[in-house]
Amino acid sequence: MKFKSLALAAALASSPLYAANYVIDTAGAHASVNFKISHLGYSYVLGRFNTFAGEFSYDAEAPQDSSISLTIDTTSLDSNHAERDKHLRSDDFLSVENYPEASFVSTSFEDLGDNKAKLVGDLTLRGVTKSIEIDVTKVGEGTDPWGGYRVGFEGTTALALKDYGIDYNLGPAAEMVYMDLHIEGVRQ
Amino acid sequence: MALSNTSSRYGIVSIALHWVMAAMIIGLYFLGRHIVELSYYDPAYKVLPNLHKTIGVLMFVLLLTRIIWMVINSKPNPLVTDWQARAAQLVHHLLYVLMLIIPITGYMISTADGRPIDIYGLVSIPAIDFGIDKQEEVGGNIHLWSANLLAAVVVLHLLAALKHHFINKDQTLVRMLKVRSEER
Repeated sequence: MKFKSLALAAALASSPLYAANYVIDTAGAHASVNFKISHLGYSYVLGRFNTFAGEFSYDAEAPQDSSISLTIDTTSLDSNHAERDKHLRSDDFLSVENYPEASFVSTSFEDLGDNKAKLVGDLTLRGVTKSIEIDVTKVGEGTDPWGGYRVGFEGTTALALKDYGIDYNLGPAAEMVYMDLHIEGVRQ
Repeated sequence: MALSNTSSRYGIVSIALHWVMAAMIIGLYFLGRHIVELSYYDPAYKVLPNLHKTIGVLMFVLLLTRIIWMVINSKPNPLVTDWQARAAQLVHHLLYVLMLIIPITGYMISTADGRPIDIYGLVSIPAIDFGIDKQEEVGGNIHLWSANLLAAVVVLHLLAALKHHFINKDQTLVRMLKVRSEER
């Protein structure tokens, strides 16, 4: 944790001074890390990670300088079924005893116009670090009714389970997990 | 045929409870070790966990019956010296404590999110809110390690019984096996 905070501080310190810094509003739960995976190809199981924290910097005038860092408590997995959650936390899947944390640290942010962007960064999940792309849509930005300033994004990406050492066979339709991310930041 | 225990012998109720539960507990242990290894596409993936829960519930009912029977009944006198009797009693108490903890924590796994335990649509055992965060994990860990400890204590219990039978050549094992139709 200490190392992570230092890395985070360094990442923030290296971002340009004019880019505003935001803390993800997990306190008010205006952020959500959701996953979706096919069940046998017939429907989807949805779940989320209830506990995570992160910060980002963003400036609409210089979007390419944006960066984000996020850590997720993998034990906080919640698919609304305790027995399944227990299995998903086990070594068959996330192995949360060995890897209680997942993290994402951005490496680039490319503004594609029309509120779309491509966010690239390193995802560390189950001890494996891989560069992933997240399709980002900026939802909105502005003052809130309580004197603060907020900006929010949503993002999607798909992860192949086997890329992260998860080889439990859920069937051919369930080799990918689809992440659905909602991030609202409060400007500091 | 004597239903109740006497000062020297076990009655049929105690003997039957002992062996039926012994069979159940050994079955539950290996079933439990097996179901966590099942693959998702195994035809038994849904069958065996339900069977494990069902046998577990029945075992718990028999355990409560056995404890009540033990309280209202006498216990045959030990056939061994004082310190051995005390050691045996300690092991027996440990067996009972583990036999209680394991089904309770198993129940805590299955009911952690408020879902009842459904026994083939015949009986539905409702969840109790223990207010424990990640109850399925807390319960699951205790369930696993208590079961492993119980397996070890059962082996000890079994070795002690065999030692009495083959080395001491006393009636300790025999009186848990044989139902006498008449009292001496």
